[in-house]
Amino acid sequence: MMFQIAVNGVDHAVDVDDDTPLLWVLRDVLGMTGTKFGCGEALCGACTVHLDGNPMRSCVTPVGSIGGAKITTIEAAATSAVGARIQKAWLDREVVQCGYCQSGQIMSAWALLARNPHPTDSDIENAMSGNICRCGTYGRIREAIKRAARSHGGEG
Amino acid sequence: MLVDRADLSRRRFLEIGVVTGGLMLSLKLPLARASAAIDPESLAPNAFIRIQHDGQIVLTMPYVEMGQGTYTSIPMLIAEELEVDLKQVRLEHAPPNAKLYGNPIFGGIQCTGGSTSIRAAWLPLREAGAVARTMLISAAAQRWHVDPATCRAQSGEVFHEASGSKIKYGEIAAAAAGLPVPKNVPLKSPADFKLIGTPAKRLDTPAKVNGTAVFGIDVRLPGMKIATLAQSPVFGGRVTSVDDTVARSVKGVRQIIRLDDAVAVVADHFFAAKKGLAALAVEWDDGPHANLTTKEVVRELEQATLQPGAVAQNIGNVTEAMMSAAKKVEATYQVPFLAHATMEPMNCTVHVHKDSCEVWVGNQAIARAQEAAATVTGLPPDKVVVHNHLIGGGFGRRLEIDGVTRAVQIGRHVEGPVKVVWTREEDIRHDMYRPLFFDRISAALDRKGMPLAWNHRFAGSSVLARWFPPAFDKGLDSDTTDGAINLAYALPNVHVEYVHVEPPGIPTAFWRSVGPSHNVFVVESFIDELAAAAGQDPVAYRSSLLDKSPRAKAVLALAAEKAGWGRPMANRTGRGVSVQSAFGGYMAQVAEVEVSENGAVRVRRVVCAVDCGVVVNPDTVRAQIEGAIIFGITAALYGEITLKSGRVEQGNFDTYRMLRMDEAPTIEVHIVRSSEEPGGMGEPGTSAIMPAVANGIYAATGKRLRKLPIDPSQLKST
Ligand code: FES
Ligand code: FES
Repeated sequence: MMFQIAVNGVDHAVDVDDDTPLLWVLRDVLGMTGTKFGCGEALCGACTVHLDGNPMRSCVTPVGSIGGAKITTIEAAATSAVGARIQKAWLDREVVQCGYCQSGQIMSAWALLARNPHPTDSDIENAMSGNICRCGTYGRIREAIKRAARSHGGEG
Repeated sequence: MLVDRADLSRRRFLEIGVVTGGLMLSLKLPLARASAAIDPESLAPNAFIRIQHDGQIVLTMPYVEMGQGTYTSIPMLIAEELEVDLKQVRLEHAPPNAKLYGNPIFGGIQCTGGSTSIRAAWLPLREAGAVARTMLISAAAQRWHVDPATCRAQSGEVFHEASGSKIKYGEIAAAAAGLPVPKNVPLKSPADFKLIGTPAKRLDTPAKVNGTAVFGIDVRLPGMKIATLAQSPVFGGRVTSVDDTVARSVKGVRQIIRLDDAVAVVADHFFAAKKGLAALAVEWDDGPHANLTTKEVVRELEQATLQPGAVAQNIGNVTEAMMSAAKKVEATYQVPFLAHATMEPMNCTVHVHKDSCEVWVGNQAIARAQEAAATVTGLPPDKVVVHNHLIGGGFGRRLEIDGVTRAVQIGRHVEGPVKVVWTREEDIRHDMYRPLFFDRISAALDRKGMPLAWNHRFAGSSVLARWFPPAFDKGLDSDTTDGAINLAYALPNVHVEYVHVEPPGIPTAFWRSVGPSHNVFVVESFIDELAAAAGQDPVAYRSSLLDKSPRAKAVLALAAEKAGWGRPMANRTGRGVSVQSAFGGYMAQVAEVEVSENGAVRVRRVVCAVDCGVVVNPDTVRAQIEGAIIFGITAALYGEITLKSGRVEQGNFDTYRMLRMDEAPTIEVHIVRSSEEPGGMGEPGTSAIMPAVANGIYAATGKRLRKLPIDPSQLKST
């Protein structure tokens, strides 16, 4: 079946079965490999993208269910003020180890800060605990999110 | 510990983990000229450095980046001596060439693992930088007709103060290349270090926050197909029949490949391959291990510990000392099989041509990857080109080349390039596991409760016996016993035996070390038992046994102080401590543990003090320890691979749990300033945390758990 999808503001036509998860459309059909495969079962968060700004696990999101929703991936993070702030905080705090989980971590953090510019510790935990980091960078991710929130200004 | 140089070729590997830095650091990598200089005008005095005519400084990285910061800390070593800024260098992955890039700590095998990179590189790569710097200064001095001693190098230029002359490295590279390569160049003294010891920014990270970093799994080639596979669910089983009628009709499926002990589906994209695989009807002959269970393995190892093993260490006379004991303490311990579960699932891309083969993979032992592809194809190794990539988590898994072998077995039947990607379930069920160990341990205490004798015997698999057979000698290898022998504690009588048993039907491998990840848990739990039996404080008891090991004593005192050891804690919470001497360094940890009424364990805070010698990049050391602690807590609380009917029961992160952010403790790392040679940092944090957690549970509940992972059902409040 042919599907029209809009990824980072660009329209694509893809010919796959309607149950094909968005993850594989991105990675294998469109060649956008920034979004990662970790589990395929919505257990690790490595494949997180935004659908109309909401964080979604693309490994369990069939392409046939997307309709006209706008898809945003890690490749577009720098084009958003919040995304860019998060990337900078990630580098400033030296969050990254192997880096494999970090696309998904950044996408989850970006969705959090877009909705909630000054999250509490428990807001951060709620938003981020679906993302596994086998290298164990959790403490730094938490600090980087706070740093990005601070750099946004405001009282929090 | 000193080793006879003449005996080094065999022994250097055996001594890993027990040597002080001196031995391994005295081994020099061959400083051969790089083959076929790309630019005849460039200076390439050794295999690691190329200074090009255009001023570009290229470093060839013999070690792989897998998140440990090697791509930053290794260049720091070269840049320090070469007198260039980190910003001026560009990195290349080393091609497979064990002669040039072999790891001296690993018997010359080209690999990254065992927390060895910095230890192995410390001298050779600084020397490489110093040689190049000396040649550049000489060339400049010749040009200016001045004494080289009056010139100095800085930020990629040579200066002659008196005349005010200066010249860029690139401009003098060709002239320098014509000079003889000097021997015995002096190295900078640590007091003059400008880079080493400063928290340099990681060089590999910007690409990892914007989706452009290319891991092995991200390789894309024109015309490439994607495959996924199912290997025999029981290790050692075979395929007996395959019905692919339905699978062939799946949209995007191109090819079904049947191997002896696996099937693979080749398709346009991963999901089509996965769907095709699910639609295959495969019959298996499960082979000899069809009924294997973990219980059976444990029983076999438990039995084995009743028989004598190879003596790993003997001091004094344990039997006699036991007879004069005021008190005896005895226990058995057990640690499980563990999977690596790297975030990047196993994958490898190959293109098998008629007379050559290309491999794209992220691997910790690249020369072995090349060899594996050559073996499957029957091609000479020089016809196999391996393109190494960033690794999405290694932890020992990517020291193995089974994934390369598989990919080439599949790729041989495919026209054009094919990327073989394992599902997470396949990755967990066909891992090679940290061995299961069973331990018997006993001690004799004198009237004051101090240990007179220490008797430890354990059984399990030897990874080195398979991975590097020369390192397994007289029933022993240095890794399996690491952490069980040469304890920092002053114990008058010690006897340690290892019984080598390879349980059939389950392959084993390195896992963020093997020896310490098991032995430190047993030793540090048991010393805690002795302190309890003596009625003494766990920190004070350990400390009184550490007079002869001042570095261990110092990290223990520091961790205890920073953790507020001794301050009162709430009901069902407690502090547990551990001290370890391993990987060429010393570490102590204090874990604050909370046990809920229903037995759930939560680690709230971890304080770690470390003396790992000279620190090359302090922020990387902290990051490695933080990550290693999370890795170890995951193992202590959740990690266990079990077998039923010969099959691994776990498959994905629901059944093989990982610690998540809401369960992660705060971690404080305190680094002791030291001028000793650098120790490895990738692994110690993992082994040290496991006993600290178990000892914390004891402090919180009075229950001593001697088996990992922690069983919450034993910790319910009654
Ligand atoms: S790959 Fe989608 S959640 Fe793990
Ligand atoms: S950085 Fe390696 S898994 Fe998160």
